[in-house]
Amino acid sequence: MNEQQQTLSDLQHIKNMMERSSRFISLSGLSGVAAGICALVGAWFANQVIMDSGGPSSYREAVARTIGTESLQEFMGHRLFIIASFTFFSALLLSFIFTYIRSKKNKIPIWGTTAKRLIWNVAIPMGAGAIYLFKQMQFGNYGLIAPGCLIFYGLALVNASKYTLSEIRYLGYCQLIIGIVNCWFVGYGLYFWAIGFGVFHIVYGLLMWYRYERK
Amino acid sequence: MNPIEHLNKIFDSRIRLGIMSALMVNEEINFNDLKDLLQITDGNLASHLKTLEENEYVKIFKGFVGKKTNTTYSVTKAGEKAFKTHLTALEKMIGGIK
Repeated sequence: MNEQQQTLSDLQHIKNMMERSSRFISLSGLSGVAAGICALVGAWFANQVIMDSGGPSSYREAVARTIGTESLQEFMGHRLFIIASFTFFSALLLSFIFTYIRSKKNKIPIWGTTAKRLIWNVAIPMGAGAIYLFKQMQFGNYGLIAPGCLIFYGLALVNASKYTLSEIRYLGYCQLIIGIVNCWFVGYGLYFWAIGFGVFHIVYGLLMWYRYERK
Repeated sequence: MNPIEHLNKIFDSRIRLGIMSALMVNEEINFNDLKDLLQITDGNLASHLKTLEENEYVKIFKGFVGKKTNTTYSVTKAGEKAFKTHLTALEKMIGGIK
């Protein structure tokens, strides 16, 4: 190795060590794809439920009628809520699996300081958002739940970008934008969810996989 | 001025260069995280850390997490300065080649 190559490889090494020690870089693109597919499947089931109850417009009317009368407990038992929770946890589990596989492949321990830092910084906006949205539900503002989820998730991703692959910032921006647009289309939350949590995740995941993991 | 003169002999070692790089972007790192990062043995890491400590480039904090000892390392002012000088010299060597 000549002097120039040696110098370049030293600089590469410095960059690599700085990145690996400060960011959680095992996050797999396939995790994004898996989460996106879960979201689309969940949206499909939710759509079935809505269709069974007489199509979107009558569903919205039914929801509108119950606003203020339906208690949170009743809503929690609602089929749509069950589908949403199930979708959320299966997406979480599947994305964990793919990221775990990647960390094993790269011989980076999954549970290190960088992982804890990432989870904490995602949890802050998500946790605050969850409490706020539960409160909204109690007041019967169901129409603002879907855009609220997208907005808080977008904020969480933008915050996360400092602690993992920095490209996740753009996914965050997209979720924020679609969440804000959704505020003007209350009642169409399911479609916005399918685009945001479904399509955006899949596109992001494929791009990341293509960039970092393709053989 | 020849940038090579500004290269720091202590950072000739890939491992010491790696330790310093990681410490530059983290307030502190514990022994086990450094070991995972560099993928070397305890003894090897300890000896490199000792060299850095003797040159007063890193400082050590011994603490406890529960009943386990938790030794963390952070970079000193002198270490930060030395690393930056080394990095500038490396960059000049790349930039200087036309």
